Amino acid sequence: MTNIAFPAPRKGGAEGFLIALILIGVFFWSLYAVARGGDPLMEQQGWLIMAGSLIGLIMLVGAFSNGGPVNDESQYAEGVIKAGTIATMFWGIAGFLVGVIIALQLAFPNLFYFADFGFLNFGRLRPLHTSAVIFAFGGNALIATSFYVVQRTCRTRIAGGLWPWFVFWGYQFFIVIAATGYLLGITQGKEYAEPEWYADIWLTLVWVVYLLVFLGTLWKRKEKHIYVANWFYLAFIVTIAMLHVVNNLAVPVNFFGAWSYPVMSGVQGALTQWWYGHNAVGFFLTAGFLAIMYYFIPKRAERPVYSYRLSIVHFWSLIFIYIWAGPHHLHYTALPEWAQTLGMTFSVMLWMPSWGGMINGLMTLSGAWDKLRTDPVIRMMVLSVAFYGMSTFEGPVMSVRAVNALSHYTDWTIGHVHSGALGWVGFITFGAVYCLVPWLWKRKGMWSKALIEWHFWLATIGILFYIAAMWPSGITQGLMWRAYNDLGFLEYSFVETVEAMHPYYIIRAFGGLLFLLGALLMAYNVYRTIRGGVEETEDRVNPQSSLIAAE
Amino acid sequence: MYEALSQFAQTWGLLLFVLLFAGVLVYALWPGNRERFNQAAQMPLDDAEGPEGFDTGKGRNHG
Repeated sequence: MTNIAFPAPRKGGAEGFLIALILIGVFFWSLYAVARGGDPLMEQQGWLIMAGSLIGLIMLVGAFSNGGPVNDESQYAEGVIKAGTIATMFWGIAGFLVGVIIALQLAFPNLFYFADFGFLNFGRLRPLHTSAVIFAFGGNALIATSFYVVQRTCRTRIAGGLWPWFVFWGYQFFIVIAATGYLLGITQGKEYAEPEWYADIWLTLVWVVYLLVFLGTLWKRKEKHIYVANWFYLAFIVTIAMLHVVNNLAVPVNFFGAWSYPVMSGVQGALTQWWYGHNAVGFFLTAGFLAIMYYFIPKRAERPVYSYRLSIVHFWSLIFIYIWAGPHHLHYTALPEWAQTLGMTFSVMLWMPSWGGMINGLMTLSGAWDKLRTDPVIRMMVLSVAFYGMSTFEGPVMSVRAVNALSHYTDWTIGHVHSGALGWVGFITFGAVYCLVPWLWKRKGMWSKALIEWHFWLATIGILFYIAAMWPSGITQGLMWRAYNDLGFLEYSFVETVEAMHPYYIIRAFGGLLFLLGALLMAYNVYRTIRGGVEETEDRVNPQSSLIAAE
Repeated sequence: MYEALSQFAQTWGLLLFVLLFAGVLVYALWPGNRERFNQAAQMPLDDAEGPEGFDTGKGRNHG
């Protein structure tokens, strides 16, 4: 620790040069795609990509204009985490808003339907919603918190100088390219893996840099032990890299066009897709957010994790079992029955690590249960873990083939997904943001505790409306689809089942609206907190110094 | 091919997973690791020190 007394700012010449090379390469590729690519959809994307690479170059010049980026090893890097926190809020609200819109479109099909504007159709807005909430909202939360947690628990500044900023902006660039692509109608038709090959390659590059930044920070850590949250983050980063590359193996039709053919087809393609899809749930929406749980709940409750030993068993059993659960998405398909059974069995086994983790998170509050009454942020995180327990109980039940025969393709699945996404992922992220904002901007607490309370109750009631509508809706749908009369004919036509859903869809949209309102209150609260002037507030956090404490 | 693979998975694959799980349990529950894990559990709570912040009273000295 010699450099604490004499901080030696380092100029990031080499990495600046490399990033410039990458951006210039992207610029010329998009220039050619626009000028000579011959694909009208790619032309529109090309302009956007060109603009993105130019903005990137301007930002790079800006970073070097004041004598080069400062990389002070005696302080934690917090700028990139501030940016990530704001991006989390921004994409969260965008994603929830699109969710409310498509929920209303399902209830009122003519809403926002214009024959001349294809981009407002449900089919194009739906992947915009899922990608915005999972990858933009969730992904930014994971990147920002992982950068925060890995620095703090390794007691060292993040590795890579400018590269963490490359990860942040590169990831936003991916989101914009993917989202505008969906609106134009560019998709490879794989659920949660809709972006086409050029966006996939860009994300691969960004993700490899993310992995290297994370590993580099672990490498130069000042603590001997690697805290359990970092294990979860690492599993998330490594597994997502693997899933993304394998599921997106494709051959472009034209190296300057939008379309590609997948390498795997038929049942192999389907199995690969759901190996990807379910592990996106397991490693993105579970392992990554468990890392948030293992850092932010102890931090907010000021109690160490209930059982560190349980967290180790939790980690290894979760990652070894999750990776096999994917085939339960393909019950009663061309997939061999033994593979379906394997997926179902591993899904049922997941009960154990999931509930072990839930108990570990909840019991961390033992001795501090009074905070549940006084601190809405703790309450959010505890409710989040409760929803984690509930949806990881429901998931294995639905993976059983007999149950799946009723639940699959119905709204029950949508209800299940949203109890996990709104309840678990949403609430743990909100909790982390309410901790991070005062820590990063050095405030005593959030501007208004009352607004946090309002956020909590609006969002909770919203989720309850949502899932309480989707369960009966899904079961009604499933029962109507398989009802047949004495002569063996189907009892109901499809449109009759759609009609039966109408009231549930209105209730669902109302629940989503409440959830969106809660997030808007949060955005206002965050804005007021960042703007400053938080003098007297009922919300109090322990300040987190930017300086890296000496050993 | 299928027979060989499923045979392998149902015997050696099963054995490998049981052994890995047993290994994790032994590592997690090994009495000698108790102190290390107790210290590790405190890691998030220890980083609030520093001149600018205040000592929460829970901090330990490292090294």
